[in-house]
Amino acid sequence: MTEPVPTRRNAPVLALHVPEPAYRPGDTPDFSSLVIPAAGDTPRPEPSVRAGETHPLTTALVRVLDEQGAAVGPWNPRLDPDMLRAMLRNMKVVRVFDDRMYRAQRQGKTSFYMKCTGEEAIAVAAAYALDREDMNFPTYRQQGLLIARGYPLETMMCQIYSNAADPLHGRQLPIMYSDKAHGFFSISGNLGTQFPQAVGWAMASAIKGDSRIAMGWIGEGATAEGDFHSALTFASVYQAPCILAVVNNQWAISSFSGIAGAEQATFASRAVGYGVAGLRVDGNDALAVYAAVRWAAERARSNGGPTLIEFFTYRAEGHSTSDDPTGYRPAGEEQQWPLGDPIARLKAHLVSLGEWDDERDAALDKEIDAEVRKAQKAAESQGVLPEQGFDRIGSMFEDVYAETPWHLREQREQALAEAREYLGHDIA
Amino acid sequence: MTTRNMIQAINDAHRVVMASDPDVIVFGEDVGFFGGVFRATEGLQKAFGKTRCFDAPISEGGIVGSAIGMAAYGLKPVIEIQFADYIYPGYDQIVSELARMRYRTAGEWAMPVVIRSPYGGGIFGGQTHSQSPEALFTHIAGMKTVIPSTPYDAKGLLIAAIEDPDPVVFFEPKRIYNGPFDGHHDRPVTPWAKHPASEVPDGHYTVPLGKAAVVRAGEAVTILTYGTMVHVALAATEENGVDAEVIDLRTLVPLDIDTIVESVEKTGRCLVVQEATRTSGFGAELAALVQERCFYHLEAPVVRVAGWDTPYPHAYEWVYFPGPLRMKNALRQVLES
Repeated sequence: MTEPVPTRRNAPVLALHVPEPAYRPGDTPDFSSLVIPAAGDTPRPEPSVRAGETHPLTTALVRVLDEQGAAVGPWNPRLDPDMLRAMLRNMKVVRVFDDRMYRAQRQGKTSFYMKCTGEEAIAVAAAYALDREDMNFPTYRQQGLLIARGYPLETMMCQIYSNAADPLHGRQLPIMYSDKAHGFFSISGNLGTQFPQAVGWAMASAIKGDSRIAMGWIGEGATAEGDFHSALTFASVYQAPCILAVVNNQWAISSFSGIAGAEQATFASRAVGYGVAGLRVDGNDALAVYAAVRWAAERARSNGGPTLIEFFTYRAEGHSTSDDPTGYRPAGEEQQWPLGDPIARLKAHLVSLGEWDDERDAALDKEIDAEVRKAQKAAESQGVLPEQGFDRIGSMFEDVYAETPWHLREQREQALAEAREYLGHDIA
Repeated sequence: MTTRNMIQAINDAHRVVMASDPDVIVFGEDVGFFGGVFRATEGLQKAFGKTRCFDAPISEGGIVGSAIGMAAYGLKPVIEIQFADYIYPGYDQIVSELARMRYRTAGEWAMPVVIRSPYGGGIFGGQTHSQSPEALFTHIAGMKTVIPSTPYDAKGLLIAAIEDPDPVVFFEPKRIYNGPFDGHHDRPVTPWAKHPASEVPDGHYTVPLGKAAVVRAGEAVTILTYGTMVHVALAATEENGVDAEVIDLRTLVPLDIDTIVESVEKTGRCLVVQEATRTSGFGAELAALVQERCFYHLEAPVVRVAGWDTPYPHAYEWVYFPGPLRMKNALRQVLES
């Protein structure tokens, strides 16, 4: 006779691990145990190397600017001071723009806004490292791409205000910009969807024998989406000429990066399993960002395949105007973040080169402030969100299809009739 | 003119547009060298090269997502989702991205993407190879939903869909790939060669989207249907000696409302027939439209014929399927009340 199978073995009690950030509100954050390689320490392979040779870099950190503001090591892109000043200027414009639009939302001029404070170097330096004709599939924290490519601030603001000059006709949430001429694909609120789209665009460019590449952007939180993994699979399978960027700002609304898997591996190391090149980069170091994107662009452009880049940074402010980070992390944690402020670091570098000083910096701040205020005044002269009346409501039925079918034509008439009844007078 | 079954007609549609438009790219699971599990893309890779027709990873989200990127570049992707039952991993990309891109970019990025997918049951495919999810797509603003019921229409509608500037989901009733089906599963299959709609012209022609076909003129009742059920409805009409007007909708969105209203106003009765599960099916939309527009012409309540609200059962496929008996009883109900 056989022994009966025990219903419960004498085994340890299983325990579910639910990741928890090191610090919560009321705690004093201490990042001193964070391992940060010194600037210049991380080797730079040739962009043509086999993907596997980059994989040690997925747990390193590409850094160029040291604590004194000097550019050091093999990744130093040796940029012309004029370009450094232009990058500094655009990063400052992004920050001032963010501040003014944040305040505009608080003043009730629009419904929503999202800043990228602390992350300005990433989009701005990437814009300089890419060719002007390359295509971006961004998230909502890459406004620096548009600004660095010269998209009018006033038009961005008109989109934020959903006003009469909004190129998207008031159809999209503020900051969900879209502009083909500036190589900036329509932003989605459904996170991660743009990642396989970027790969598809790059595949198309290769199919047509073009020379342009695509750059896809995603936050570390959304790397948990299936779209992240299908994008990497497609990019690897077809060796698509693209750069896939994870902006790891460590916070997805209130969830720290551990909830997306950061406790067990870096986001850059996701590249290893897909067999694509991977780099982990100090995202608060404009020169490191530039050098890494340049490296990956050169690789993609010479049919070397895709690169996954993790930009390690810190979301210095709330997720959006609808978020209050003091509810889940210590107030002032961003001050403790050891990789510093990207604008201050680039400024220090220019000063160390003898190409910048406090006087010029103050003058530039003043100039940018005036420029952004002027754009805001011009944008507001075309209306802000609460002032949007009924003048253009018929347009909400356009562009659902190229040709408006009968059911939408009928609904348009019904909507107009409803608006007339509500207003008590006729409308165009 | 060549005699073709549905698969051959669909294959020929690809060949016609791929030959004339180098921006048409075909990909999906197994569609490349092998030509697809139903052979709809057979020979396309050989004829047009590996970068025009190729295999995709088993990743419907990746297939739809990358097709969106290709369309953003300026290509016209025609993608195959191997079974409609597999489309759900790509659903977010379809609903949130593909369908809305023209709208949310104010017309700057159009999405001329065609998603082909075999759908429907009657082939002992079980729950995961038999579904009819068309209502999940007709509910999406910005999508067009097309379902052919003959080889002639399949080719003409597919070419029209590929040439259309908006995204189209193109569901192919796989039960009738090889021959029309009268609903009698216990009888031998009739090949398409015996059906006049298997005479498919060579070269380019289109069947316009948004236009229904009156496949049988009649006076007693209007039957609104599409896909496999067109043939089941036609057979039931003959078997029961009912002078029904059978309308093959062909395109569900945008719907040919004029043809529907004209017919129902004439017959005064309406039977709505779908293979899909009943609740919230496209038939519910048809019934609502008919009562909104033809109420004072109706002599009886609109009656629905549909699959039961269960998953598609493997062993009881023919209990699920809205076959001749369900048709007969529904015809009696709509005619006698």
